[in-house]
Amino acid sequence: MIPAPFDYVRPASVEDACRVLADAEAAGDEVKVLAGGQSLLPLLRLRLAYPSALVDLGRLPELRGVADRGDHVYIGALTTHDEVMRSGVVREHVPLVALATATVADPAVRHRGTFGGSMAHADPAGDLPAVALALDCVFVVRSSDGEREIPAAEFFVDYLEPALGPGEVLLGVRVPKLGSGWGFHYEKFHRTAQAWATVGVAVAVRRGDGGAIEEARIGLTNMGPTPVRARVAEAALRGVAPSPAGSNGSDPLREACAQADAGTSPPADLHARPDYRRHLARVLTRRAVGAALG
Amino acid sequence: MTEELDAGLVAGRIAESDQMSEPSAEREMGRARRRKEDARLVTGRTMWTDNIQLPGMLYVAFLRSPMAHARITGVNVSAARSRPGVVAAYSGRDLAGEQGSLPCAWPVTEDIVIPDHPPMAVDEVRYPGEAVACVVATDRYRAADALEAIAVDYEPLDPVLDMTEALAEGAPKVHEAGNRAFTWKFAGGDIDAAFRDAPVVIDRTYVQQRLIPTAMEPRAVVATTDGDGFTLYSATQIPHVLRVMLAMTTGIPEHKLRVVAPDVGGGFGSKLQVTAEEVLALLLARRLGRPVKWTESRSEGNLTVHHGRDQLQRIAVAADRDGRIRGVRVELLADMGAYLMLVTPGVPLLGAFMYNGIYKMDAYDFTCTGVFTTKMPTDAYRGAGRPEATFAIERAVDELAHELGIDPVEVRRRNWITREEFPYTTIAGLTYDSGDYEAATEKALAMFGYDELRAEQADRRERRDPVQLGIGVSTYTEMCGLAPSRVLGSLSYGAGGWEHAAVRLLPTGKVEVVTGTSPHGQGHETAWSQIAADALGVPFEDVSVLHGDTSVAHRGMDTYGSRSLVVGGVAVLAACEKVKERARELAAHLMEASADDVEFDGGRFRVRGTDEGRTIQELALAAFAAHDLPGGFEPRLDAEATFDPDNFSFPHGTHLCAVEVDTETGRCAIRSYVAVDDVGSVVNPLIVEGQVHGGIAQGVGQALFEEAVHDADGNLVTTTMADYLIPSAADLPEFTTGRTETPATSNPLGVKGVGEAGTIASTPAVVNAITDALRPYGVRDVRMPCTPERIWRALAEAEAAVPGQAPATGPAPAAVPGFAPVPTHGSTPGAAPPPAPASEPIRGFVAPATSESAPEGGAR
Ligand SMILES: Cc1cc2nc3c(=O)[nH]c(=O)nc-3n(C[C@H](O)[C@H](O)[C@H](O)COP(=O)(O)OP(=O)(O)OC[C@H]3O[C@@H](n4cnc5c(N)ncnc54)[C@H](O)[C@@H]3O)c2cc1C
Repeated sequence: MIPAPFDYVRPASVEDACRVLADAEAAGDEVKVLAGGQSLLPLLRLRLAYPSALVDLGRLPELRGVADRGDHVYIGALTTHDEVMRSGVVREHVPLVALATATVADPAVRHRGTFGGSMAHADPAGDLPAVALALDCVFVVRSSDGEREIPAAEFFVDYLEPALGPGEVLLGVRVPKLGSGWGFHYEKFHRTAQAWATVGVAVAVRRGDGGAIEEARIGLTNMGPTPVRARVAEAALRGVAPSPAGSNGSDPLREACAQADAGTSPPADLHARPDYRRHLARVLTRRAVGAALG
Repeated sequence: MTEELDAGLVAGRIAESDQMSEPSAEREMGRARRRKEDARLVTGRTMWTDNIQLPGMLYVAFLRSPMAHARITGVNVSAARSRPGVVAAYSGRDLAGEQGSLPCAWPVTEDIVIPDHPPMAVDEVRYPGEAVACVVATDRYRAADALEAIAVDYEPLDPVLDMTEALAEGAPKVHEAGNRAFTWKFAGGDIDAAFRDAPVVIDRTYVQQRLIPTAMEPRAVVATTDGDGFTLYSATQIPHVLRVMLAMTTGIPEHKLRVVAPDVGGGFGSKLQVTAEEVLALLLARRLGRPVKWTESRSEGNLTVHHGRDQLQRIAVAADRDGRIRGVRVELLADMGAYLMLVTPGVPLLGAFMYNGIYKMDAYDFTCTGVFTTKMPTDAYRGAGRPEATFAIERAVDELAHELGIDPVEVRRRNWITREEFPYTTIAGLTYDSGDYEAATEKALAMFGYDELRAEQADRRERRDPVQLGIGVSTYTEMCGLAPSRVLGSLSYGAGGWEHAAVRLLPTGKVEVVTGTSPHGQGHETAWSQIAADALGVPFEDVSVLHGDTSVAHRGMDTYGSRSLVVGGVAVLAACEKVKERARELAAHLMEASADDVEFDGGRFRVRGTDEGRTIQELALAAFAAHDLPGGFEPRLDAEATFDPDNFSFPHGTHLCAVEVDTETGRCAIRSYVAVDDVGSVVNPLIVEGQVHGGIAQGVGQALFEEAVHDADGNLVTTTMADYLIPSAADLPEFTTGRTETPATSNPLGVKGVGEAGTIASTPAVVNAITDALRPYGVRDVRMPCTPERIWRALAEAEAAVPGQAPATGPAPAAVPGFAPVPTHGSTPGAAPPPAPASEPIRGFVAPATSESAPEGGAR
């Protein structure tokens, strides 16, 4: 549990950080950005990663904090989980983020781990990537070549692989405000209080005037090598009136949610095999939609 | 003014508040004293082994086998030797001449196979994580880095993972002598008669999964030498046993070896061992002439701390139709792992006398076969043999109750030993000295609200509520207080079970108690002080307890098997009594009275019928001054005592657990838990409470969360705490605890031991509750740990067998598709998919064609 030797760099500005990363890339060195270290350090300690240097963003205040920007909330990459879940702006305008963040790990981890780190780590078992996907967040990244934006749908490329170039730093994430009439819920199924999600379901749902569902957005945690949208279930939910089960025993909400696992390729691990994960995705989606509808 | 947070200040305050809340003239026995140890522990002023720093100290790191079974064809450490900071690097071959073999102190049969067990593998590795080489460097970082420069050539051999396959003809061998270590049999009564024509036979097979003891403090060792003698500091439960064993193993003469257990942060049996690392640290200190330290990482610990449980149990219960048990037959396969360590083969036998539980019966038959596999050796883990036994009998009795349609509490009542029948000699030959199962059970039922919960359960069943309620009961006893030396001898154990204490009265009247027990979280300093304070009539605060260093506490058998109070606490009392007799003699002399006329009360010796008296403190000073002593009286009041118990002690109790099982997801949540334990007389109720709470948590861990999993190649995949789940407070309910007190008659304190009770009782209570919840769906058993996935699959299988029983939303039939080719997720990339859980049949004993019915098929 002792990492291999590495160099440590603490840049004084984002420009500095980008320059260090660009130089390393040119030299062919593998360097890693360090945020809260809650995912990176375990990899180092188990000697599953051997970066030559860590570039610590920890002292860059411009990467930290939450701002209300009219049609969206901007969350700086270095904002800790604890800060995110206590932010009044987040709770008021993008409550799904606060709900999901509150389920991450335990207080010790939440005081160090960061919002941006959770995204950049691109672990499909992490709770926040599915939320970013469901809300169509936009990722703002910077390299020595300048700034660019990456939509959530393109950010999570593969297992532990974000759409970040080796010279790129994630600055922050734009979380769109969805406006009024939406309900939210994050349903996490895990074996112990501090454990990662076996399956998680992030739901945002809006009803029309008649009470039927007009739009549903569903992001799934740990149902494939990346977080996934349950597009088939989303479509099936459109127009469903979430009344109690009909007298003929039909339950359109349940039927729509029974397609939550369509198009997923869930992993096998110690806590669940794929068929069980698929089953959980269906049941939990039903519960999450129900809870989001209030 | 802001106040600095000062550890000393905080500790002082804690101690102070304790004193203020507790007036100081009553009896100490039974008083809920807060532990003296805690102020120091919670303010971080502990001396863990890893905190020890010695001048010139070097650090050891071990290279460990990445394979379960392989021939070692070459180890090259030369590149590692030239790495920065490296002082030495050795392979197993380099140490082969002097490393000897790790000891097994419990050869349970004459023909037992005890393979040679080199602390560092030389020619062959036989479990994943076995040490194959080591580096000694100037700091632990350099040592870890240099491991990567060691080259090892392995020629893979077939792993041996399954006990039944291991015993089959032609199976790959762990050792040349074969995979059977021993077969041990025990019987009482006529078992054939009990089963012949029995109206009901319950025949079940249970899997005691492999567990990894997870003490808060990892193992650590420091070894040092002054060129003549050696000192070994180790996070151990057994400094005394360790010293004797190391003297025998390493050739270091016993008088040249001091062993110290400094502060030790939990053990649960895992530190009841003579480990490879302890032996190797001594050898390295001897070779290099410098102090060396090794501290395990958590992952290293999961691989190489000895594992626990891992048995396959077949239990058959023959009964009459009214529920009366006629006999119990038990066949065990016990996974030894690759080698026999200190008490490996004895662990299943500690359960051999307990499968009859608290019940009367005519016959009992027990067979255990120890099997070698290519896994880490198993050994003692909290309860050691007795949790396994209690689980099997308590699960089987529940099945019997269900089979007969009798309430599970009622079936127990019809079979248990009644309070009038004590002392009672069981079919397994133990004499239970005292107990009151009626009282504990009545109290538990009342606290639990049994009838109300049964009503709610009926309602939920009626409504087909997707969340079902289950109620589990476990009425346990255990044999603990290890142990009468004579009995240990008859079981072929290598040592005795006595305990030693010394009491020193200092000139100022303060008291030092020296104990051979070796606390590692139990609070002996507090409890032993309470015992001595009452016995000598001195204030609690005036007693210090010394332990854990063989040069201070020179005689002892250490701490395990809930023995410390029952044997060691009694030894403290006996030594105090001897001190008192000496003091009485001196008092009589000084007061010119006959010793028979001197009575003792509240710390003062008084001549009967007069006011003339001397306090014990005055007598201490008089003995020290030695100006005026009786003829031949040595100038001290100190005394020693060694206590060897006549019998084990038998705590008992009734635990009740209510679970809610979500039949849609398989999640099981404990809703309420009631434990009523009878641990005899209580020295300190707060400590008892702590032991019960922790014990229950650990038993629940086995029932719901914990399992060491190996992949098909035999590699351990649960090497981190993200994979090996243990419950935290957040995963457990509030426990409701109660006590009945039936004093033990086997010792003068009336105490029975409480260290293992909670763990022994709780596992079957939880699993009985889960099966109780799921019976309407046709589920008869869920294999431990009862994970949500296993519960879901059990429901699916039951539904497939009898369609229509499971809820409409139930899972698809349990056909298991191949694993999707997706990497494992979560925080530990690289963990491989596990073997299939619940739905695979239990390998092992051939299940009887009809397990429920009488031979004539008359059970239903
Ligand atoms: C015990 C434990 C339990 C946990 N449980 C959960 C859980 O239940 N749910 C959950 O979602 N998470 C969980 N986590 C992970 C936690 O949420 C981490 O905070 C998160 O995964 C990573 O954030 P970090 O700031 O620590 O990133 P780091 O570990 O510092 O970095 C992670 C990765 O992201 C990269 N990176 C970080 N910041 C940037 C940036 N600004 N620009 C570019 N690249 C960047 C790093 O280079 C690295 O590759 C757990 C962690 C622990 C230790």
